[in-house]
Amino acid sequence: MYQYDKYDQAMVDARVAEFREQTRRRIEGHLTDDQFKPLRLKNGLYLQLHAYMLRVAIPYGTVSSRQFRMLAHIARKYDRGYGHVTTRQNMQYNWIKLEEAPDILADLATVQMHAIQTSGESIRNVSADQYAGAAADEIIDPRPWAEVIRQITSFMPEFSYLPRKFKIAVIASDEDRVAMRWHDFGIRIVKNENPENGAGEIGFECYAGGGMGRTPFIAYKIREFLPPTQILSYLQAVLRVWNRNARRDNIHKQRMKILVHDLGEEEFRRQVEEEFQNFLALGQDVPQAEYDRVAAYFAPPPFETGLSDEIDRSDPDFALWADRQLVAHKAPGYAIVNISLKPTGGIPGDMSAEQMELVADLAEKYSFDEVRATHAQNLVLPHVRKADLYAVWQALDAAGLAGVNLDLVTDIIACPGLDYCTLANARSIPVAQRIAERFADLDRQRDLGELKIKISGCINACGHHHAGHIGILGVDRKGTENYQLLLGGSGSEDVSQAKITGPGFDEAGIVDAVERAVDRYRELREPGERFIDTYRRVGFDPFKESIYG
Amino acid sequence: MKILTGNDLKTGAVVWWDGSGWSLHVEDATDAGEHADMILATETAACRVNGGYAIDGVPDDHGKARPAHIKDRIRAYGPTVRPDLSLKPADPDAGSWVI
Repeated sequence: MYQYDKYDQAMVDARVAEFREQTRRRIEGHLTDDQFKPLRLKNGLYLQLHAYMLRVAIPYGTVSSRQFRMLAHIARKYDRGYGHVTTRQNMQYNWIKLEEAPDILADLATVQMHAIQTSGESIRNVSADQYAGAAADEIIDPRPWAEVIRQITSFMPEFSYLPRKFKIAVIASDEDRVAMRWHDFGIRIVKNENPENGAGEIGFECYAGGGMGRTPFIAYKIREFLPPTQILSYLQAVLRVWNRNARRDNIHKQRMKILVHDLGEEEFRRQVEEEFQNFLALGQDVPQAEYDRVAAYFAPPPFETGLSDEIDRSDPDFALWADRQLVAHKAPGYAIVNISLKPTGGIPGDMSAEQMELVADLAEKYSFDEVRATHAQNLVLPHVRKADLYAVWQALDAAGLAGVNLDLVTDIIACPGLDYCTLANARSIPVAQRIAERFADLDRQRDLGELKIKISGCINACGHHHAGHIGILGVDRKGTENYQLLLGGSGSEDVSQAKITGPGFDEAGIVDAVERAVDRYRELREPGERFIDTYRRVGFDPFKESIYG
Repeated sequence: MKILTGNDLKTGAVVWWDGSGWSLHVEDATDAGEHADMILATETAACRVNGGYAIDGVPDDHGKARPAHIKDRIRAYGPTVRPDLSLKPADPDAGSWVI
């Protein structure tokens, strides 16, 4: 894992001291609410429905045991004993007191964490594949480049007064596990396969203009192959074109996706390429040696060799869990463990301080000290010996963390919704809970196979409803909650935007409507087809017919 | 009926204008009527409330002011999915008026 150098630590410590003073001035009445708001937002502190909410950055979703214990400590000491994993792989707390916020940031700084750029018009936490460094299908570990990007986009003047927020994702495999093309800027690390021209070289396939919210767009590919060490010039070019052209008169029109759409793919690309040449000429790019320095922190852990790939499946409950929650690891004898934060009837992404500490202990003992947060609001232990899996499962099971539902119908992404969020129009969590209860039978879930439900409580789409095989959007209809049903979205490599089926439903009605859509899928599916495959084959109408009967 | 609400500056807790100050309990909320804007301006300027705003209220069966909109009813009660974190977790009727 990356370790702060003296500059990183000095910057974070200085920010804590600055915010402590700003907070003191606010509490003493020297700063108004309006004056203080942008200052607290720069430190990830929102004012939400019930209290202040703090969003802590987990860069590219990677966190150490020590850091995870600190997240547990914050939950216990400063919040109400729990935290919430977000769709940007961060951790947020719902019951923060302003007067304690500087102490929290100071505590975070002791373990090289912060909440900078988790809010406001900034470059947000860089997402990366939660299986980075472990996935059998990756070309290289994407995190060193994600870390380089994190560093060059932190506190940089060119990126400090953006029209709106800006989200970046980095992946290095064909499978997209972070909804990369729903980001403002996405990178897929690829290998040049052309035997006549540089075969074997690593490069970036670049995408721009994606985003959810009220105006959803899937990012275009704007460059086939960028030499990685030119990423600073290229990213500056993208940001400069956006900064130069973006509207700043209407908050709903200021995201880069709107500009890319308005200019058109070709014109946006042309302007970026033109600026790119200007930046390249300045010779400011990241030297290979700096990348190598960063990459050294992400060197593979010392995997044991000669391990068996056999897993003892004699305990049927363990076997069920292992069949669903494990993913192939690149090192023989190891597995990637997915920890579900979606217990039936629970709150997607929530976990208690005690559960955090348990996961930290397991990571320390069994996973080379690493935990990952996923954009689907689950956790990962990336490097577990297959021989240790049973012990890990037993510990998880005892803590209520051995759910068996990875990518199944109950593995639901849900935003905090109207239970916590000032922007929400409807509650998301109760809908997720009712759906999970309706489909609780594991045999039924397994029969349905991969089925991704994503729920947002308003059009800002923090619950990724545009990218759900089944999406649900909560709206306010004359003061009551109403839910629209969408079908056909995907955040994966087969990316697509979901389509609204028709009139909305109340809370009970939306659960029934989901079930009717799922039942229709079972009637129509062909062998091996997932829900999304059947939907794409037969189209919208058979489902709509069934939903609205 | 106009009710005033906001958040406590230091703690962020939801508060309600009770006629002379800010209470944690929505049962204490009073109708600010035509004085709502003036009270908010005064209280905000004095940093006695954070992010204050006026909302429509409706009387409950006992004539007490309740927020009209679901968002503010949830603010008053707490997250509906965590009744243990509401101000009155032991009161089984505490949330009966929220949804």
